[in-house]
Amino acid sequence: MSEFAAVAVFLLVGTGIVLFTFLLAKIIRPSAPNPVKLETYECGETPYGTAELQYNVRFYIYALLFVIFDVEAIFLFPWALVYRSLGLFAFVEMVIFITILVFGLFYAWRKGVLKWF
Amino acid sequence: MTEISLTNLTFYILSFCIIAGGIFTVSSRNLFHSAVFLVFTLFSVAGMFVMLNAYLLAAIQVLIYVGAVAMLMIFGVMLTTRLADVRLRHVNEQSWPALAICGFFLAFLVYGLWDTPFTVSGVPMPADTAHALGTLLMTKYVLPFEVVSLLLLAALVGAVVIAKKD
Amino acid sequence: MLELRGIIDAIWSFIVGLLAGLGIPQWAIELVGYALIAVVMFGVVAVIVLFLVWWERKVSAKMQDRLGPMRVGWHGIIQTIADAIKLLQKEDITPKAIDFPIHFWAPVVTFVAAFMVYVTVPFGKGLIVSDLSVGVLYIIAITTFTVIGLLMAGWGSNNKYSLLGGFRSAAQVVSYEVPLSLALLGVIMISQTLSLGTIVTQQDNLLKWYVWRQPLGFLIFWIAATAECNRTPFDLPEADSELVAGFVTEYSGMKFAMFFLAEFVNMFTASVVAVTLFFGGWMSPFGPDFGPSWMWFLGKTMFFVFVLMWFRWTYPRLRVDQLMGFAWKVLLPLAFLNILLTGLGIYLFDGLK
Repeated sequence: MSEFAAVAVFLLVGTGIVLFTFLLAKIIRPSAPNPVKLETYECGETPYGTAELQYNVRFYIYALLFVIFDVEAIFLFPWALVYRSLGLFAFVEMVIFITILVFGLFYAWRKGVLKWF
Repeated sequence: MTEISLTNLTFYILSFCIIAGGIFTVSSRNLFHSAVFLVFTLFSVAGMFVMLNAYLLAAIQVLIYVGAVAMLMIFGVMLTTRLADVRLRHVNEQSWPALAICGFFLAFLVYGLWDTPFTVSGVPMPADTAHALGTLLMTKYVLPFEVVSLLLLAALVGAVVIAKKD
Repeated sequence: MLELRGIIDAIWSFIVGLLAGLGIPQWAIELVGYALIAVVMFGVVAVIVLFLVWWERKVSAKMQDRLGPMRVGWHGIIQTIADAIKLLQKEDITPKAIDFPIHFWAPVVTFVAAFMVYVTVPFGKGLIVSDLSVGVLYIIAITTFTVIGLLMAGWGSNNKYSLLGGFRSAAQVVSYEVPLSLALLGVIMISQTLSLGTIVTQQDNLLKWYVWRQPLGFLIFWIAATAECNRTPFDLPEADSELVAGFVTEYSGMKFAMFFLAEFVNMFTASVVAVTLFFGGWMSPFGPDFGPSWMWFLGKTMFFVFVLMWFRWTYPRLRVDQLMGFAWKVLLPLAFLNILLTGLGIYLFDGLK
């Protein structure tokens, strides 16, 4: 059996246990809803509008940066695994790879993208 | 039921998850629900990779697609103006031509798959796919590896340009 | 020796005998075995979390010159069990405005993602459910699901505080994820494997701990991991003075408990990864087979959990721009530097094969 069989079983059993506790809680807990209780919490004020507002573009920019550097990190993992057996050539390859991306990082920095405000 | 049929059963369950997740992704009327179904679909695809013994690829699938791309999409959803008022329409006047084109491509794909002889390689699986992948990436495919960094740089510059525009 | 593996094997062979006697095929027995292990692991994780909650309250109390929980049991030791039972009976208030399926599944996703890490955690000698060949990458991959859970909680609640908390949290977690994976890369360069079991057995005495060869890597990892757990000084998503309770604002009862559990499980996971990759895991510092391995593991891990609690009462909270700037402008370049130094170090001192 594959070594990932345990992962699948953990996924199913974990979900099952969580849902079971929810069910257990549903059986023993009281339920007394009223219109005021079911309002959205806004520090006691009457909720104003919905929460589906348009958010600042900077969240998206950080997400984009994350995707780029995450892909880069992923490319470095197979490299790190065989680094010792491949020698100086692999080291030079990686230095070039990282330099190009660090260049990009500094470009983004200089352009002020990394500023939150 | 034997272990082989258990593997088959897992395959069918995963296929069902992928297809159902895909259908819900495109047919959901709420953008956020679409994104969540997309996560579900991509995770099932990772399960498929595990069944093919491509463990590294499965981990990468989850890391890149679920962790990064799907999250990027959710952030993108939040950028849409006044999400609550948007009534997503799934059909417009072009739906019939679109259906025809999609049907054509479906027929084409089915025909192609039907006619392709799927040869099974006699070469045994490398014991450690991750190491094998790393070695190949560093020796035979070193140029694509370096080009990837340029591609990522281009994407980074693109992101900066988008950010500076607003 | 007090090794648990022998006891577990004995119990397991008894169960196998029982099931085989009933004519159940081998693969089904294996699946039942994994299911049993999963349930037991859930129990272990739950007990650890119950202990950590009590301990956090005690440590906080000590640092503020208070007593902390004292009433239920000896020094309040079963206080958390009482709290858990109380949470089980709490009314589950689900506001009208929520997006029900998203709101319902968010705590499930968050907790199961946190729980699934323990498939490949080496608790002691032979105490690993499945030593995955891509272990380190698996842990990084599974923990990204936490982000999805947070975003679902933030969005599904349809509450401005939840949404802001969820998004801040997601932006923070993903920003610190890059330096975190790059910091772990240094260890992988030395160990040449992704399997956690092998990484532990490579560090079989104090001098072979990878922290000596990766001090910068460990520092980057530890800071990033603190941020990933949303712990002080990086606890902006739960900054109660501005965001009420962040993404858990609209959660109550058992659903809230799941987020709470997941938070402490993640805290334990961060310590586990630190101990396994940098501090020899279950290996004792004085060579193999010195004392029970699982006690070394728990001892080391608890120390790092204590460090996280110590941070909480030592550092003030960062500002959001400082937080993001620190990840991208300080930790990320440092992580790249660490990889270059590690590569150079292996080349100069170890020699390449």
